[in-house]
Amino acid sequence: MAVEETRARHEALGLDEDDLLRMYRTMLLARRTDERMWILNRQGKAAFVISCQGQEGCQVGGAYNLRPGYDYVYPYYRDFAITTLLGQTPRDHFLSLLGRREDPNSGGRQMPGHFSSRDLNIVTASAPIAVQYPQAVGSALAFKMRGEDGVVLTSGGEASTSEGDWHEAMNFAGIHDLPVVFLIENNAYAISCPEPLQVAGSIARRAEGYGFPGYPVDGNDVLAVYEVAREAVERARRGEGPTLIEARTYRITAHSSDDDDRRYREREEIEEWRLKDPIVRFEKYLMENGVLDEEKKEETEAGIKAEVDEAVEYAEAAPYADPEEALERVYAER
Amino acid sequence: MATPVTMPQLGESVTEGTITRWLKAEGDEIEKDEPLAEVDTDKVNAELPSPVAGRIEKLLVSEGTTVDVGTEILLVATDGDSSPSAEAQPREDLGAAAPTEEFPAADTEATPARREGGEKERAVAEARAGQGGDGRGTLEDAAALRLRRSSPVVRRLAEEHDLDISEIAGTGVGGRVTRKDIEGYIKEREAQPAAKTEARPAPERVEVYEGDEVLELTSVRRTIASRMAASKKEIPHAWTLVEVDMTGLAALREREKAAFAEREGVKLTYLPFIVRAAVESLKEHPVLNSAWDGDRIVLRKNTNVGIAVDLEEGALVVPVIRGADELNIVGLARRIDEVVKKARSRQLSPEDISGGTFTVNNPGALGSVASAPIINHPQAAILQAEAVVRRPVVVDDAGGDAIAIRRMMNLEVSFDHRILDGGAALRFLNAVKRRLESYTPESGIN
Amino acid sequence: MADKNLLQAIHDGLAEEMRSDETVMVMGEDVGRAGGVFRVTQGLQEEFGPARVMDTPLAESLIVGSAIGLSVNGMRPVAEIQFADFIPPAFDQIVSEAARFYYRSNGVWNVPITIRAPYGVVPGGALYHSQSVEAYFCNTPGLKVVAPTFPADAKGMIKSAIRDPNPVLFFEHKRTYRLIKEDVPDDDYEVPIGEARVHREGTDLTVVAYGLVLYTALQVAQKISGEHGIEAEVVEPRTLYPLDREKILASAKKTGKVLVASEANLTGSVSGEIAALVAQEAFEWLDGPVMRLGAPDVPAAAFAKPMMDFFAPGAEKIESAMLELARY
Repeated sequence: MAVEETRARHEALGLDEDDLLRMYRTMLLARRTDERMWILNRQGKAAFVISCQGQEGCQVGGAYNLRPGYDYVYPYYRDFAITTLLGQTPRDHFLSLLGRREDPNSGGRQMPGHFSSRDLNIVTASAPIAVQYPQAVGSALAFKMRGEDGVVLTSGGEASTSEGDWHEAMNFAGIHDLPVVFLIENNAYAISCPEPLQVAGSIARRAEGYGFPGYPVDGNDVLAVYEVAREAVERARRGEGPTLIEARTYRITAHSSDDDDRRYREREEIEEWRLKDPIVRFEKYLMENGVLDEEKKEETEAGIKAEVDEAVEYAEAAPYADPEEALERVYAER
Repeated sequence: MATPVTMPQLGESVTEGTITRWLKAEGDEIEKDEPLAEVDTDKVNAELPSPVAGRIEKLLVSEGTTVDVGTEILLVATDGDSSPSAEAQPREDLGAAAPTEEFPAADTEATPARREGGEKERAVAEARAGQGGDGRGTLEDAAALRLRRSSPVVRRLAEEHDLDISEIAGTGVGGRVTRKDIEGYIKEREAQPAAKTEARPAPERVEVYEGDEVLELTSVRRTIASRMAASKKEIPHAWTLVEVDMTGLAALREREKAAFAEREGVKLTYLPFIVRAAVESLKEHPVLNSAWDGDRIVLRKNTNVGIAVDLEEGALVVPVIRGADELNIVGLARRIDEVVKKARSRQLSPEDISGGTFTVNNPGALGSVASAPIINHPQAAILQAEAVVRRPVVVDDAGGDAIAIRRMMNLEVSFDHRILDGGAALRFLNAVKRRLESYTPESGIN
Repeated sequence: MADKNLLQAIHDGLAEEMRSDETVMVMGEDVGRAGGVFRVTQGLQEEFGPARVMDTPLAESLIVGSAIGLSVNGMRPVAEIQFADFIPPAFDQIVSEAARFYYRSNGVWNVPITIRAPYGVVPGGALYHSQSVEAYFCNTPGLKVVAPTFPADAKGMIKSAIRDPNPVLFFEHKRTYRLIKEDVPDDDYEVPIGEARVHREGTDLTVVAYGLVLYTALQVAQKISGEHGIEAEVVEPRTLYPLDREKILASAKKTGKVLVASEANLTGSVSGEIAALVAQEAFEWLDGPVMRLGAPDVPAAAFAKPMMDFFAPGAEKIESAMLELARY
């Protein structure tokens, strides 16, 4: 009975085995890449790490329906799984982590996690919280003005909804029915500040006040997120306006490599959430549905390990930009 | 680092000074304002007070040496020199663990530790800034520096053309030499090739015979020499004389002098009466209280009267009574007494000898009955009061001429004929004469 | 050619750009139907429609942020901040975002937006309709900050700003909107960003000024030429960041005396930067202290007229500073 139900689930969503395995591999690749970044940091090779761990499900589910290089994406600094899904590779991530010239995000100028790619329409990101939202609705307005069916996905943590920029952007999106999807990855903490001190009421329900739908969803269930995100993206593409998705998830790691989360949260809480890890849950689903077995899992892991190893080796050997390059590309030339 | 002390400018147009005696030796501790040396300039002899406190590190000039104003003459090690040594400064300590490679080892305290380091750095920077002193000395000296250093462009032009800024007349604020001044000077100089570029040409020598004694010039003598020569060379002098009947004034003086000395503590001479009569007459004839200025005449607002004072060792100084027109006879008598005493005791300050607009000379005190004074350049005129002598003169006596013994004085003026002519000079002289002759024994003194 | 004031010149520049490039658009509070509170955008919505001349919500950060998003998706927005005094909510979007997109993406994402902002003391403006905020932005690499004063320059510079691939802050002095009229060419021309303009040649001193103060300084220069024979060279930076160092330094070296004047608060002002530039690069040519003239370090011009007049340097203060420097 259970098998019948779940089989019906991904099939009902129109996803085939290749889709499922691609989702799975992307989530796992992002996780293993992230874990290796921490190792490099603890070895003194990387100055700073910020993580996606625990949020891969809502990231892959949320972005799976985009058309890379056509739609616009305004991610935030934990969205390693989104950018990996869109086409960024472990090499790209390690080049960025180690600040090498070839770093596609910034050529070694920005911290890791500050994604950028012109080819993939990933618009350069920064560290101030919520600044991407007004920009995202601007890009959505451009699509609408030209009568194109492009969609803009923008994401952030629950704390970003405390900023005025989020509300200004939500309001503007609602006024003009803009083709934009707001994906809020509610991971329960803003560094140390827990959700109850950050969020009044419900984030998802705030959308109603701005005149468009908002959906709460289990962010650690990649298929559940996929489902609402697909609807949101299609709605936007049809010109019917924006959607807010609040995906409830959990930040497994400390805020960053410079943060010690033992000061503000219990280990037990993390262990509880590890049981709800989106990758563990999805593996279970895939195995139950015969899409994945131990052998295939090991094969996938081995392939990812080789890819990550090669990427680290490549990035470590890659040159830095010359110091004087810090002076270049301040202004664009006409 | 030691603080250099430079030769100060002791009076307007003073360009050099001689260290006649060091009052401190190397290694001596000195207080601020404590005398460092005796300095002889062409205008004053003065003790040089130390501008800083500290220990004398080095005397750079030997006694008897003449140096230009602004030359460093000694070095003083000041308190500010005991700046904190490198090891006393907080070490920059960004992270406890040694970095393994390019970055510090991961450390959850890394952020606060960095912040702390930043505060230390800030504190050090602030402490350093605080040691810079309040800079007051520099501010107070801005006006003087402006005259000597003028501005970057003037300094650069002076260097390029090998000029001494202090030789150029300035039209800027406080007499500062402006870019236009120096450019004009250079242009003028280029227009007259090989002209007077050397400040002091080698003097023409006279034959010196066996037994002759050669006296080197003191700076005062040298200044007097060059001033007198310059005045005579530049100014077309003219001279005229009137006779003044001082009988009434002499009687007044006789009558009052004992009480005056008792009351005021100074001797009652003719001089304050002459100065008073002169300044009152200058008000009626302001052209004599003026200066030739190239192609124009500058009428002075202030009446600052120089009094020529003969010093026994062959020097002449002219202390100035500022605002002489605001003083009555008593005030003038006191001020004259004061400056003469200061001159004789070599205590004149640069202010005491600057700013004169008109000069009164009193050779009569030495018995002179006629003389032709040289004008105190760049003033317009100099008044000369000769000895008061008893002479038989023809006077009106009840409708008829009679011969009487009167106390007579010759009163002369030398004047710049570019500025005024004999008529104006005589109108002024007669005004002075009229005032002096108006005194009677009953006039009283005020 | 026709006599036009600053408002009309900027309006014409905007309209011409919108006609020749359909990606050019105007957005801001009251810019559409109302034609802007100063009427700069009057008639544009009728010609180009409500999308390309968009009335936005009252949200400055959104105005600039969405302009950034529009610009990276093919548009050339001109965002208006109704008064420069209200630019602080958009500070993050201007300084942290627009100015840094290109640098932080290593030369991949550029932000071709123009942000117009009326600034300066105006009667009745008081603390929040009078400010000169340019200095905040002249410490921000990646931005270009322009402040033309004369109509013909403004038309050419609004075109340059729109066509520039970088974010350009375009400050317009409110008091000069209708004050100055001059021939403004009807044709399509640009006045390049980054070039100062010498309005008046002179040998005795240089005045570097912009905005209303520039206009006043030009009148004073004429006056002291007649009354004192002092010839002031008057230079308008036109672009406040990055500065036209060459032209400013050339004039400083020519006259040896420099007065920098604006109505911004003095400490930390653009005038201070210009003064520092001259002091450092033209030191050996200087024949007097580099002087600055500006508003006192109090928050802004007051509402009451006597206090307002006291705030910004008027003709008397400018004349006395010019004479003092000339006679130094």
